[in-house]
Order: sequence, then structure tokens, then C-alpha cells
Amino acid sequence: MNRCRTMLFMPGNNPGMLASAGSLGADIVIFDLEDAVAQAEKDTARILVRNTLTYLKPATEVTVRINALDTPYWKDDIDAAIQGGAEYILAPKCAQASDVHTLMGAIEEAEARTGTTKKLLLIALIESALGVENAFALATSHPRLTGILLGAEDLTAELGAKRTAVGQEILYARSRIVMACRAAGIKALDTPFPFVTDLEGLAADAAFSAQLGFDGKAVISPHHVHAVNEAFSPTAEQVRWAERVMVVARRAKEEGKGAVSLDGMMIDLPIIKRAERILSRAADTTETCNA
Amino acid sequence: MRDKLLPDMATALREAGLADGMTISFHHHMRNGDHVLNAVLAEAAKQGVKNLTLLSSSIFPVHAPLIEHIKNGVVTELDTNYMSGPVAAAVSRGLLEKPVMFRSHGGRPRAIREGSRVIDIAFVAAPTVDPMGNISGSLGPAACGSLGYAVPDAECAKTVIAVTDNLIDTTLESVSIPHDRVTHVVKMDSIGDPKGIVSGSTSMTRDPVALAIARKAQAAIRASGLLKDGFNFQTGAGGASLATAQYLREDMIRMKLKGGFLLGGITKYLVDMLEEGLFDSIYDVQCFDLAAVESIRKNAAHHEISADTYASPRQKSCCVDFLDTVLLGASEIDVNFNVNVHTDSNGMIIGGSGGHNDAAAGAAMTIIVAPLIRARLPIVVDRCTTITTPGNTVDVLVTERGIAVNPARPDLADRFRDAKLDVYSIEELRAMALKIAGEPRKVEFTDRIVGTVEYRDGTIIDSLRAPA
Amino acid sequence: MGNTTQASAGTLESNDILVVIAPGNGGEATVSVESIVMKQFGPAIIATIQASLAEHGLGGVTVTAQDKGALDCTIKARMEAAILRYKELHS
Repeated sequence: MNRCRTMLFMPGNNPGMLASAGSLGADIVIFDLEDAVAQAEKDTARILVRNTLTYLKPATEVTVRINALDTPYWKDDIDAAIQGGAEYILAPKCAQASDVHTLMGAIEEAEARTGTTKKLLLIALIESALGVENAFALATSHPRLTGILLGAEDLTAELGAKRTAVGQEILYARSRIVMACRAAGIKALDTPFPFVTDLEGLAADAAFSAQLGFDGKAVISPHHVHAVNEAFSPTAEQVRWAERVMVVARRAKEEGKGAVSLDGMMIDLPIIKRAERILSRAADTTETCNA
Repeated sequence: MRDKLLPDMATALREAGLADGMTISFHHHMRNGDHVLNAVLAEAAKQGVKNLTLLSSSIFPVHAPLIEHIKNGVVTELDTNYMSGPVAAAVSRGLLEKPVMFRSHGGRPRAIREGSRVIDIAFVAAPTVDPMGNISGSLGPAACGSLGYAVPDAECAKTVIAVTDNLIDTTLESVSIPHDRVTHVVKMDSIGDPKGIVSGSTSMTRDPVALAIARKAQAAIRASGLLKDGFNFQTGAGGASLATAQYLREDMIRMKLKGGFLLGGITKYLVDMLEEGLFDSIYDVQCFDLAAVESIRKNAAHHEISADTYASPRQKSCCVDFLDTVLLGASEIDVNFNVNVHTDSNGMIIGGSGGHNDAAAGAAMTIIVAPLIRARLPIVVDRCTTITTPGNTVDVLVTERGIAVNPARPDLADRFRDAKLDVYSIEELRAMALKIAGEPRKVEFTDRIVGTVEYRDGTIIDSLRAPA
Repeated sequence: MGNTTQASAGTLESNDILVVIAPGNGGEATVSVESIVMKQFGPAIIATIQASLAEHGLGGVTVTAQDKGALDCTIKARMEAAILRYKELHS
């Protein structure tokens, strides 16, 4: 997973939305077979998602959100994702490592059956108190688990917490997930901002999410893509600073100096690492920043 | 003391000497709320007048009764810049013996001034008229703001009749068309339905594809090098165009820029930018919403301009000549960058140039914003069904799936590539669209010519045939 | 519709197609299509519908389609879903 600043949910039974999904500026699109699809249309949506992936593969990476393990649909959903050649499965309601094992077992079985060589990666959606408490166990449960996405709507409902734009009620869950993902070396992906028309709230929420250390954020509306991309892209000022850090560091190395400083700040290894991270993000985000 | 007021439309037409074979003119600021054109033609029909030439700057769905007047021989010739609704559909199928003359918003005043189109009687839908016959577009129950398209008619017609529903007994402070151009004044109950004239509020599009196009258009404008102090800008009122204007506003605030003028059909979004100090002025030939009407009434930097000043190539200069960037829509664009906004993919008339080919001719950068595929139909075609705007005046196509630059503008292509925009050749965009949508069958046409397209300078550039 | 012998899939939203499969009189399948892009894609839509029926071995039915500019892969998806539903209904 390279760029994952934005993961845009697209309703799985809407052919117009699925066909345009790759053009909306999101780094990854999620073809949703779960909450966005009515019970009676699970079959039609699954076929539509498979065909869209097969014939109109978007330029972006695609995640298929399958239905939960306690439904009769999830195995068929996995088959459709594999047949269509999706990059990821987003599995809802993951609460413990055994959920991931069950999923991966089914995925490996389906891959063997279809003889595909492309390996689906898994993103676990944690949306329960138990899931948050088991975050590290989940994060380290399987080598093909590539990231964890927090789902704050179900979580706050379970907690009896009020979901707000500021999001103090989910600070613990967010921090816990960032910590677990960093410790496990996988991507930490933040919950979507649920208030569709509150664009100021969105910008603040996305900035805070980036500040906490998330790699990216899910978005439920195409109108949210641009602001979230911006929040997870380094600013021009940050890039200039990082470039200067690298110049100073290089010179120090050439001159055999140990410690050097820039603008009165000591340039040591953690600072250089941060600068490198900014520059690498800048390199692979320029295009969609503009788009 | 002179009194220009006549008691009713019947008297007005008799006083003006309406007779068979005359040319009568109308302007379209009342848009789809217009009551004047229908009222005049109903009375003309009643008086048994035949063979009229109708010179109306646009024809809207509300003008459907015109079909009967054409069938009955009251009207036998149309000359317009834009046509939609039932009249357009009927004309497409061959309603008129003579082809419709399609002009542009700049070509029409040119034709009137040079005398290739002589107007016997001009009818001005006048939202407010004072005792002298001065007309204001910005006051009254049917206020529509600018009356710019009516100006050449009022100045050149042999007889000018102001039709109003708001006679006042004080003298107007601010005048759209002065009394010395007005022969008669006649009152009717309502000259227009405000709901059809201007929308109460233009709301930002929610269409994700339109917004994706707007983001790319924003990036293209930013990369073009044109966005700097003094930037002069025109945009259509389509979803992607208005959204681009909104994003441009964010850029201008961030870059601390002050633009020159905003031009064309005016909406709240443009008014807001004027009021925020992002532009020096608005040059307004037509208001599209109530905020624009309010602004033209109260803001001295919001100028009412005539169709001549807006776009006529016959003037020493016109506003479009000074545009840095214009954003325009398209029904089709071909691989030579010719644009069609006259007909849809079935060959039916759905519009016309309006200011399209004028603004494209004048602007330093003309950007067409359109989805690559609309209801399974690729927007990029081998050859346009109808050419509205010649490709040599079109610089850039922005779609949600990529940008194409006219090969005549390698400078722009270089700038876009430097900014890492997704630039393709227009043939590549066409291939991309065909791969997704499949190749559509060609629509068949008959030999029946139903329209003639006159370019703004008077050259005939295309004709429209009735679809089979 | 409350009809227990016919199956449908799709919607009347733009870019979608609503297909309805009903029992026919045996023999050849009859296909009728209404489309906003009839002039450009009418024959292509009918061909795709026929091909879907053949692929799934379903004959002798009546297919009615209302198309709002669906892409070919959408038409295929709606046909496949409707055919599977039809077979389920008549199994």
C-alpha cells in the first residue's frame, strides 16, 4: 500500500458511482457491499462490483468491503473481489485475531480454487470495544493484514458515547490503533468524518488525524476527498524545511561532523528520519494534490 | 407634454405599424419566465399579421406557443443565438421552411449594427419604466438586472416598444435603456415570472464527477501562469464551471491575488468574489440569480454592459478580448477541438452559441469542462455533429479522466506537464472513452437543412440538418 | 409488481438498466429495449442481452429492458443477476 491518504466509500449497487470511482481524486476506493447495499440487493451488487472491477478497473487501488462474518454473504463477496482483481478486502467488525484467521483461511482457499496469483491483502475494520482492546493482537495476526481502519460510528454507539465533530470521544481508540499499527508495522487508517456538509469540521478533523500519526482516512463523500488529501500531504513549507534538513545533514556527513543545527534546532537522526518521511510523501502525492 | 403610454398591446402594435413581412426583435433576460414574446405574437396573430421574422436573442421552453404561430404562418423566419425546449425540438424536425439563423451573442449585435439585420420593431421587456420612458432592469416585480442584449435592438430598431408591468411616477436614478431610444410604452399585468427569470439561489453542484472536473480545471488554471493580479475571468453557469470558480476563489485568497473583471452571465458566486475584494469589477450582460440582480442595483463596481460591449467583433474592442481564461461547456468536442453546443447526440437542437464562440475567440485560454462520458456517450468525437466554436479558438479540454491540450498550444501542455497534471492527447481521451463506453453508431440525418450557424464575424461555418 | 413468475434486476437511475425476465412462449427469447441511447447503442444492448441468455443457457423467455445509459459491463451484471434470480424462482 503506497498512497492511502483517502479511502473513498462508493455504494456497491450504483453503477454510475462505481464507474467514476477512479476519477474522484481518492488514493483508494472502497466498493461497499455491506452497509451501502440493501439486504435484497446483495446479489446484484456483488455481481455489479465484480463486473466493474473486471471490465473497468479504476486507475486507483480498489478495496471491496465485504459483509460481516455473521452473515451468509461474506464468502461470495470474497470470491467476487478475487475474480474482479481487487487489491484489498476490507473486513467489517473485526474484534479478535481469530476473525482474521477465519477470513484469511477463506481468502487462501478461494485463491487456490480460482488459481489466481494476485494476493489479496486484508484491511481490518475495528468498530467495537473488544476490537480496540485487541488492536495489537489483530495488527500482528497475519502477514497479509496490511492495515487497520477504525470505524467510530458503531464503536461510539456501543460505548454509549455521543459522536461529535471534534471527536474527543474517540481519541483513546484512535491513539490505541495508531500505536498498535505502528508497533506492528502496518497502516493506521482513520474513521471517516460523518458530518457530510461540515467542511470546516472535516478539515480540522483530518488535520488532527494526521497529527495523531494516521497514514490516511476513510471518506464517505466524494466532497471530502480533496480536504483529506491535503491534510495528509506535506505543505510546501514542510517540504522546504525537509529539503534544508537534508542539505545540512549531507554537508555534516561530508565534513565528518557529528551534530549540526538548522535554525537553532539540533539535526539528529529522528529529525532526518522525519524529513525523509515528508519528502517521500511529497514525492508520491504531488499528482493527486493537484488533481 | 408627451405621453408615450399606450393603453394596450393591440394599440401598441397598430401604432407601431406592425405589418406582414416585418422583423420584430426580443431579448431573453426574462429567460424561461418571459411573458412578452408570447403576448406580442398572440396579438399579432389576432390582427392577422403574417410572415414575421422573429429576431430573439434566445428562445426558451416557455415560448412553446411559437410553434402554432409558425404553423399558421404568423412567423416564418427565426434568427436566434440559443434555442431550447419544444420550439427547438420542432425546428429540429423541420418545422420551418427557412433554416433558422443561429448567431452568437456578439454576432447578433454585429449583424444589427452593420445593417445586415434590420429591425422594424424591437420589444423590450422592461421591469421598470419612468414617465419619460427610461427603462431599468433592476427594479420592479420582474427585475432581471442587466438588459444588455436589448441595447443594440433599442438603438437600431425603427420603433421601440417598452413592455412593462411597473410604471413609476418618479424619474429613474439608474437607467438601463434611456428614453430617447423608446418610442412607446405599453403595460401588461406581468412581463415575466420571477421564478423563471432568475433562480432564487444557485446551489453548488453535488455531482462528484463535476467536482472532480472542477479540481482538474482549477489545477490547470493554476499551472497556466495566467492566474495573477489583474486576472480577467468568465465562466458559464454549468455545475463544473461554477465549482471551478469556487475553487479558484480559494486559490486567489491563498495567493492574495486581486483579479480584474468577471464577465458574462452573473451568479451569486461571482458576486461574492467581487464583494470579497477578489476582483475589481463585474461586467454583466445578464444576471442568472437574485444575488446578481441585487448586486447590480447597489454595487457601483458591478457594471451593466451591452451585448456590443460584451462580445461584438464590430466594436473597437469588446470585453471578451481581454479575458485571461474562460470556462465553457460542450455537448461534443471533436479531435480538432471544434465544439458543439447546438445539438445533442441525436442531432436535436438543445442550445446554441450564446457567448460560447465569442468568449473562446477572445480569451487567452479557453477551457472546455465536460465529463468524458455522458450517459454512455463519449464527449470526444471524430467530428462534431454541429460546429459552434471552431477548434482554433479552443485550448484545453478538462474531463474527470484527464486533460487534453490543443497541439497549437505546446506552451500550455508543457506547463501542465511540469505541474504533473494528467495530460493526454485528445485522441487518447477519445480512445479511453470508447474503451469504456463502446463505439456508438452514427446518427443518420436527412438532407433537410433546418439551421445555419453564423460565426461571430459573419462567416457561415456550419448548417444543421434534421435527424432521420 | 407482486408477480411470482418474473425476475428483475437493476434500477432506473442514470447509468443503470432495469431488466425484467418473464416466461415466454417457448422458442426464441424475445427482447424489447427502451433506451436513452437507442440510436447509438440499441442493437448493442440487445446483442448483450441475447449473449447473456445464451451464456447462462436460458431460452424461451421474454426480456424487457429500460436503459438509462448503462455501460456494457453493467448490462451484463444486471442480466446475470436477473437470470440467476429467474432460475432460482423456477427451480
